[in-house]
Amino acid sequence: MRIHFKKRKSYSAAAAVLTPVISFIISLLLTGIMLAAFDINPFKTYTNMFQGAFGTWRDFTETLVKAIPLILTSLGVATAFKLKFWNIGAEGQLVLGGIAASGVALFWSSWLPPFLLLPVSILVGAAAGGLWAGVPAILKVKLNVDETLTTLMLNYVAILAYDGIYCGPWRDPNGYGFPGTAQFPAAAWLPRLSGRAHMGLIFALIIAALLWFAFYRTKWGFELQMIGQNKKAARVLGVNIGRNVILALLVSGAISGIAGACEVTGIARRLQQGLSLGYGYTAIIIAWMSRLNPAVCVPVSILMAGLLVGGDSVQIMMGVPSAMGKVMQGMILFPMLAGSIFTEYRLVVSRRNTDISEAEVAK
Amino acid sequence: MILLISSIIAITLKAGTSLVFATIGEIFTEKSGILNLGIEGIMLMSAVIAFTVSYYTGNLSAAILSAMLTGGVLSLIHAFLSITMQAQQVVSGLSITLFGTGMASFLGQTLGPETNSGYLTGLSAARLQTLTIPGLSRLPLIGPVFNQDPLTYIVLLLIPVSWFFMYKTKHGLNLRAVGENPQTADAMGINVPRIRYLYTIVGGMLAGIGGAHLSLSYTPGWTDNITGGRGWIVIALVIFSLWNPSRAIWGALLFGGINAVQFRLQASGADISSTLLNMLPYLVTIAVLVIITVWEDRKRTTGSPAALGTPYQREEK
Repeated sequence: MRIHFKKRKSYSAAAAVLTPVISFIISLLLTGIMLAAFDINPFKTYTNMFQGAFGTWRDFTETLVKAIPLILTSLGVATAFKLKFWNIGAEGQLVLGGIAASGVALFWSSWLPPFLLLPVSILVGAAAGGLWAGVPAILKVKLNVDETLTTLMLNYVAILAYDGIYCGPWRDPNGYGFPGTAQFPAAAWLPRLSGRAHMGLIFALIIAALLWFAFYRTKWGFELQMIGQNKKAARVLGVNIGRNVILALLVSGAISGIAGACEVTGIARRLQQGLSLGYGYTAIIIAWMSRLNPAVCVPVSILMAGLLVGGDSVQIMMGVPSAMGKVMQGMILFPMLAGSIFTEYRLVVSRRNTDISEAEVAK
Repeated sequence: MILLISSIIAITLKAGTSLVFATIGEIFTEKSGILNLGIEGIMLMSAVIAFTVSYYTGNLSAAILSAMLTGGVLSLIHAFLSITMQAQQVVSGLSITLFGTGMASFLGQTLGPETNSGYLTGLSAARLQTLTIPGLSRLPLIGPVFNQDPLTYIVLLLIPVSWFFMYKTKHGLNLRAVGENPQTADAMGINVPRIRYLYTIVGGMLAGIGGAHLSLSYTPGWTDNITGGRGWIVIALVIFSLWNPSRAIWGALLFGGINAVQFRLQASGADISSTLLNMLPYLVTIAVLVIITVWEDRKRTTGSPAALGTPYQREEK
């Protein structure tokens, strides 16, 4: 008897819905066992996590604060992944967007009219993020350089530039040695909606809606899909692959750039430590969990943000390490990754004699 | 001047040990066609486990072995997901890193003794001692090479041994065949999944030793994020060495050396833009990647495994 996977004729919608649900339950179980092993009550921990992330309106706004960059970067990643372009540089694109937006906010206020300062900051942030993704895209299209590795390397270049800038040339001279820039002029502050949750949420939702429309209702989205699924066929049908890859990557990077711009103008309102928190990496996982569907990226991002905020709150309330949230994120992923195969393949148990007949046919 | 150079050599070797272990490991993994982006998580997990074992038992061999085991188990998860379940390797590797980072930080706050409220931070445990080779260590300039901890000597031996294994033995040939062209390898009677499992696990175990070296020798003790991104540097180093273990040392020396030079420059108060210096290795890696890609287009072999990152499934009949 032999067990193997056989490709399904069409992908299984039931498996696509069931896999994340079952994965989440497995993750709760596994993390629960782990907590119990450390003498921590899992039920109390989960209740407190949920309370901490979604219990009161105020807690929920904090979850949204973390969800905003996750939604934006996961949308950016999804745009690139649609083409099977493995952009793992959302982190760097976010950071570069943050740096560029800070530059505008800090140094262009002298000549820009105040009402333009914030929009220009965000647009320049988007442009910088786009540029940062555009470089690997051009290298890929023109020279066929592997994008996984270039985007990864550029993350480090961006993060090092950011560290160097806020501690170095842009450091606030009147900051009493505080590592960070001066606060932005008020004209460059991104308005807040409630608590610390800022306008970035509106941008994120608008971009998600636009992308959903672009992916599923426009010719461009159809072309992206085709390139992702079958490059040869796309080429035969006259799709300009190179131009599409570069364009999609500019969009992808720009969206992550906006995430960075919103982080600096909406939260700290200065460039300082804490811009690179790994959102860009979590985003890859969110995009993948959402099957690159922009509409699904939004709730999945809020869930992942909830795990992070819930993790922080159990640390404060029960002294359970906040890293719990990340552990749970990881534990959801393993069963999901393992389960993803069932959407495209099904398990077949066959008797040995079929193998023999296959071997005979091969002869 | 001689003193300066020899102190740079000493720091570079010490800083480079963990990098070379993990780089050679990742070269083995990638040569078999599997990309493991979980190295950062594996190194963090094995660093915390090695330190914990050393703290409670004082037995360094047990500490290193348990770090290897940790690396092996985590990479087994990656192998299962990406080989058996054919999951996307980038996502699978990243989730190992996400899980490992979180788990290491969690364990760092729970495995410690009651007296330290469960934290491992701030404790000290048995650490690897320097093993001075009499005579040689007194040589001018290269003396510091012979004044290192045992893992550094082992890694210096591991470089030629793995090169020999990969390019001069049948096992190495099979390994390269699987990463280069799994269909042909399969036709030759090589068990593709088994080879991929094996070298993914071997790679994880070597990364585990790298992690152990951090918490037992380079920066003895446990702090959150003790790797400082080394697991990602390793991915760059693999490209930098063109997937050849004998070249792993040069990349590690470049990264380690830049650290060491910077350390000296800061100590002597020299004013140089350290940011640019730090960026250099990453930019050089991108340049190397561009050059080898162009070379390969002109049909020259560079060592990059052709089937890297693509799952293998037998054709259905």
